[in-house]
Amino acid sequence: MHPENQKHDFEPKIIAFVCTWCTYAGADLAGTSRMQYPANVRVLKFPCTGRIDPVFILKAFQQGADGVLVSGCHPGDCHYIAGNYHARRRFAAFRKLLEFIGVDLGRLAFSWVSAAEGGKWVEVVTDLTEKVRAMGPMVEFKALALEEQWSGAIDTPELQEAYDAI
Amino acid sequence: MSRIGVFICHCGENISRTVDVERVAQEVGRLPGVAFSTDYKYMCSDPGQTLVKKAIQEQKLSHVVVAACSPRMHEKTFRKAVEAAGLNPFLCEMANIREHCSWVHENREEATVKAIDIVGMMVERVKKNRILPTITVPVTKRALVIGGGIAGIQAALDIADCGHEVILVEREPSIGGHMAQLSETFPTLDCSQCIMTPKMVDVANHPKIKLYTYSEIELVEGYIGNFQVTIKKKARSVDEDKCTGCGVCMTKCPQKKIPNKFDQNIGMRTAIYVPFPQAVPNTPVIDRDNCTWFKTGKCGVCQKVCGPGAIDFEQQDTLIVEAVGAIVVSTGFDLYTIAEKPKGSPIKGYGEFGHGKIPDVIDGMTFERLASASGPTGGKILRPSDGKEPKQIVFIQCVGSRAREKGISYCSKVCCMYTAKHTMLYHHKVHDGQAYVFFMDARTPGKSYDEFWRRSIEEEEAVYIRGMVSRLYQKGDKIVVMGSDISVGVQVEIEADMVVLATAIQPQKGADALAQKLGISYDKYHFYSEAHAKLRPVECATAGIYLAGACQGPKDIPETVSQASAAAAKVMALFSRNQMEREPIVARVREAGCVGCFACKKVCAYGAVEEKEIRDRQGNLIKVVAYVNPGVCAGCGTCQATCPSKSVELDGYTDEQIIAMIEAL
Repeated sequence: MHPENQKHDFEPKIIAFVCTWCTYAGADLAGTSRMQYPANVRVLKFPCTGRIDPVFILKAFQQGADGVLVSGCHPGDCHYIAGNYHARRRFAAFRKLLEFIGVDLGRLAFSWVSAAEGGKWVEVVTDLTEKVRAMGPMVEFKALALEEQWSGAIDTPELQEAYDAI
Repeated sequence: MSRIGVFICHCGENISRTVDVERVAQEVGRLPGVAFSTDYKYMCSDPGQTLVKKAIQEQKLSHVVVAACSPRMHEKTFRKAVEAAGLNPFLCEMANIREHCSWVHENREEATVKAIDIVGMMVERVKKNRILPTITVPVTKRALVIGGGIAGIQAALDIADCGHEVILVEREPSIGGHMAQLSETFPTLDCSQCIMTPKMVDVANHPKIKLYTYSEIELVEGYIGNFQVTIKKKARSVDEDKCTGCGVCMTKCPQKKIPNKFDQNIGMRTAIYVPFPQAVPNTPVIDRDNCTWFKTGKCGVCQKVCGPGAIDFEQQDTLIVEAVGAIVVSTGFDLYTIAEKPKGSPIKGYGEFGHGKIPDVIDGMTFERLASASGPTGGKILRPSDGKEPKQIVFIQCVGSRAREKGISYCSKVCCMYTAKHTMLYHHKVHDGQAYVFFMDARTPGKSYDEFWRRSIEEEEAVYIRGMVSRLYQKGDKIVVMGSDISVGVQVEIEADMVVLATAIQPQKGADALAQKLGISYDKYHFYSEAHAKLRPVECATAGIYLAGACQGPKDIPETVSQASAAAAKVMALFSRNQMEREPIVARVREAGCVGCFACKKVCAYGAVEEKEIRDRQGNLIKVVAYVNPGVCAGCGTCQATCPSKSVELDGYTDEQIIAMIEAL
């Protein structure tokens, strides 16, 4: 049986941020070559990995993503000369921050997938999906997002104080 | 409030087979802001596009999402259709539910859910799309051709004949490439030199072609229509303007035993040399590694004998900047040298064939030089070891090619044909000799190709053995070839005088480094990638750069020439306009928020960020902010992700749009 047809208890939500020139084209190639991979991934296209703001990754986790993938051109092959180098530096630092606030780095993957590497795209997506599936749902950020929302309840002394002062 | 129209394509059955398109249309139709949603069998067809245009007008749509194939395929098509219906083309987005969904998933339920998500994401994105004005840029009507083999020569001549200036850059001292090395060409057996050298002379004499030989590309900047290319012209040590090409220097040079690369190192040349007598330009080069003057500071014979005083030992490498509007890449191929296992490469060598150890085991190109009338043996087939005529000769095909376990899985395409040619050339020159060919299959698609191959067996008495060779070894002055004949199931042993290996075609060394300079993509073997395998086979994904010849994949001469002319036609189409439109995906600075830290300027690889002074009415300087020059900006968006105050935005990829997409999930 094809792995895709197996029933799982948990279907993780994976969001992929990819550059248009290498990884998006690589994912297209996986399609034209009719390769198969788990349907959990949702792809967002950027001109370059250099455009990807770490905020997007946080936002994705907040919106309920269980795993995030960032993928672009191989070092040296950037369509925009050096965008992927800037991205690499930025995410090297960002990973440390994420680790510091307690996000399991297994949920976040960075990879280089060129326009000719349809097979690698399939591999990367499948690996991350299965890894995150084994880790279970990402609950920490969802809880945070819920907390941020105004529920209407006045459940802390600070709030009560502020309410009374009106 | 937006009135979004969503158009779901079946793509025949390509999408509808795994995605329930009606359900997608229904579900998406319920999303806020969606005014119209429908599905159709072929949205990109004329009736499909008419459906989109009609809906825009009748339903008064404000934005359009087309859910179909990859935007790399049809984004332009639909943006054009939307524009024809009166909407700004950048208010149309494509949701990729084919390459990223229906083709890669089998489960109908999962694929449908994913498709709904993808379309929903694009609906949220398109709501935040802004009207973008098209940017027009001037077109520099000069072309650069990189590589002066038959592909580059053909492309350069075609473009120049159309009246446009061409800059042709060649790494070697002469143009001509591999075709100039060949003896005779299949399937007509006309002499390669006879058809090649007149074209080379045409290039040299063409008033519109500027030729830089012994030169390499150093740096490529800019974009379609407006490239700036820095060319490194290596020191020739000979003044090209003064040299008359008389060749006295070469006859007097005392260094006479340097292996000539043009002759596959079986012929010798001097330290000051032209690679072959018909070279264009006919100006020698001093090989500084082997020249006595450069090694010891003594000699200088060439300088003494040179009448016009063209020898210049002091010459330096020079950098030249040329402005061009289009680039044709035609860097060609190299043969897989099985003798030396490439460092760090996944390709495993063929130790069992003794190439490089046994002198009479040669590759196909060396055989070409032996058979060539202008070659080191004057066209006689002689063994490199002792100069004797080989009476038994074995050809082995697919050495390197189609050998996944050795690291190359592709077919080199030309070897079946040139081996058939080699057996004929051999038979014509050694009447009492016998040629054997070990082959897997004979691949002869092409006009008159199969007839040619059959002729080598039926009329020229070549013996074809289906099977592979397992081992070669030297025994006295013979080479014992051990292989199997799988059609009769027996082991074969042949005592040969010479063995010719049809080694695989690979891209030129340094093909990856050049690709990185040009910003074009390449596959794992370093062959350059075309924008679309079928519909855009000569264009790179990078606008304004075109491909010709074997740098894209193994090709024979007719195919190479066709592709070169096709690339030239693409260049000429670009040059038919004075101005061209470019995508308005450029960064813009929100001056109110900019604090002038210029972090954006530091990360911009194109130097598009400038400093702009903001003054009040009295002319007092208020602050200095960043300004993005839209003509130079390439639209990567690195500045936006870097900006600490979020004051620069990339049109088409604004934070608003991206966050909307993430929130839709």
